[in-house]
Amino acid sequence: MATPLLAGRGISLSFGGINALDGVAFAVEKGELFSIIGPNGAGKTSLLNCISGRYRPTRGAVLLDGQDITRRTTNQRAGLGIGRTFQNLALFGHMTVLDNIMVGRHHQLSHGFLTGMIYWIGGAEREEQTHRREVEEIIDFLEIQHIRGEIAGTLPYGLRKRVELARAVALKPRLLLLDEPMAGMNLEEKEDMARYIIDLNEEWGITVVMIEHDMGVVMDISHRVMVLDFGKKIAEGIPEDVQRHPDVRRAYLGADEAALLGTA
Amino acid sequence: MHPCGDFRTSYRADMTIFPTRASAYACVAGVLLLAAVPLVFDIYVLTLLIQIGYYGVAALGLNILVGFTGQISLGHSAFFGFGAFASAWLNNRFGIPVLLAIPLAGLMTAAVGVLFGVPAARIKGLYLAIATLASQFILQDFFARADWFTGGSAGAAAAPVAVGGFAFDTDQRYFYVVLVAVVAMYLGAANLLRTRDGRALVAVRDHYLSAEIMGINLTRYRILSFGISSFYAGVGGALFGHYLGFVSIEGFDILLSIQFLGMIIIGGLGSIMGSIMGTAFLVLLPEVMETAVKALAASGLGQMQAVADGIVYFKEMAIGLAIILFLIFEPDGLAHRWRQTKAYWKLYPFSY
Repeated sequence: MATPLLAGRGISLSFGGINALDGVAFAVEKGELFSIIGPNGAGKTSLLNCISGRYRPTRGAVLLDGQDITRRTTNQRAGLGIGRTFQNLALFGHMTVLDNIMVGRHHQLSHGFLTGMIYWIGGAEREEQTHRREVEEIIDFLEIQHIRGEIAGTLPYGLRKRVELARAVALKPRLLLLDEPMAGMNLEEKEDMARYIIDLNEEWGITVVMIEHDMGVVMDISHRVMVLDFGKKIAEGIPEDVQRHPDVRRAYLGADEAALLGTA
Repeated sequence: MHPCGDFRTSYRADMTIFPTRASAYACVAGVLLLAAVPLVFDIYVLTLLIQIGYYGVAALGLNILVGFTGQISLGHSAFFGFGAFASAWLNNRFGIPVLLAIPLAGLMTAAVGVLFGVPAARIKGLYLAIATLASQFILQDFFARADWFTGGSAGAAAAPVAVGGFAFDTDQRYFYVVLVAVVAMYLGAANLLRTRDGRALVAVRDHYLSAEIMGINLTRYRILSFGISSFYAGVGGALFGHYLGFVSIEGFDILLSIQFLGMIIIGGLGSIMGSIMGTAFLVLLPEVMETAVKALAASGLGQMQAVADGIVYFKEMAIGLAIILFLIFEPDGLAHRWRQTKAYWKLYPFSY
């Protein structure tokens, strides 16, 4: 089997006496659309933070394409091709949508502050224009052309989510981490978002790791699903298998209800 | 606010500093008008404009640090002073031409700024304010003790700017030096903020966690911001030194640092144009108050003992009052008011 794009080896994370994650091991293949689900407080976001670098696991390792990145800083991981969105919006509120997305280009751009200040002479202008063209393709794809000049902080929620996705895609990620991309959206917005995620995965070839609470969406679009409960992995597999898994039912419904349904 | 009928057909046209062609022309015309000032106005007006120039450069630097990167500095005047001494020192000690010494002094100040900016990598907000306060006092102490650099209590002589045999030693001539410096420094800042590193600075201000996720090295950019800010302060200080012809160790105190903060708050935090507007406001306000106070003293009220006693304080009080009023009624500064005025006229008489 080829090296998985992303692998977790016995990731444990504890805050004081609380074990947020306990020996979670998993592997995500190139081109997969991989979902992480679990009840509230199961450690899903903590796991995502370990991958993106905000937390450093107490034990265990994160591997990107076979390379151990556990010790890499957050900003270095962006350069390695890990993009992410946040559960609670984290746009740059006072910048325009376009500038927000251009920030995602940080690693692709090579000019610094000196060449930036002499814009017309050092080639910064040409580079900015080239990248502007590529960013426009992302804007076009996510259908946010009409708001590209707006200040991000003034946009409605659904659009902000889309801008955040655009910003993460601008990074040219190999691996895209999405933390609850559908949260707080109406049905139509969810359908749009699901379509974008599928397109990013299939057409743009981006491997996606997604945390999501909307089971309908998760079971529809994921290739594989991993279930966490109290920091432990309790199931992993294709959506149909995970849905039938007795431990998953127990985690979501509680032991009594599961017994009533005759599944435990 | 974009007028109708003005369509951008290339990315280049969409990435200009000026929103419309008319505003670009207006700016060029404004600079040309300024260039004509020495031919028309007297020394008094020139002195004020030159002051606005060198303070404006330094204020812009502080705005990059405070307004755009969201940090704080209570030691900006010390960097301003360091630039003044550094330029005089480079010229007196090594005979480097003044025109070259000014940017070099800026670079030296930037290096010092980076050094004092290192705490910014770890601390924020009020704690950072206290750390920068330390830089203010350390540098002031350094000015007083480093005779080799500043001339100690005797101060340092600063030669006028000279190119070939031509010395910019009168106000009329020096005005052009300052004008060119201001235009170059402001263009530099405008360019910085529409390119990679400028966006990174603003990103660090707006949401440092997601800035980091986007691959921005927070430590690097926080310190870089101190460096750029100090570069501007240094150039502003050097322009100041060579204008006066003499740099004394007094005057670069915390009061001036606070005034720099006042300039950018009144002008508009995070606005390039606001930096010079706020500077103009704070430079001109005392002059206006001076006139008002004189008029008051000459009038009947001036005969009253209480007014006659307090009149010398009116000027200082007015400056304090202006800052307080701005914080309450115009927290976004003059730049914001300017944008609103423009929007109003563009839509007049249909303001919806």
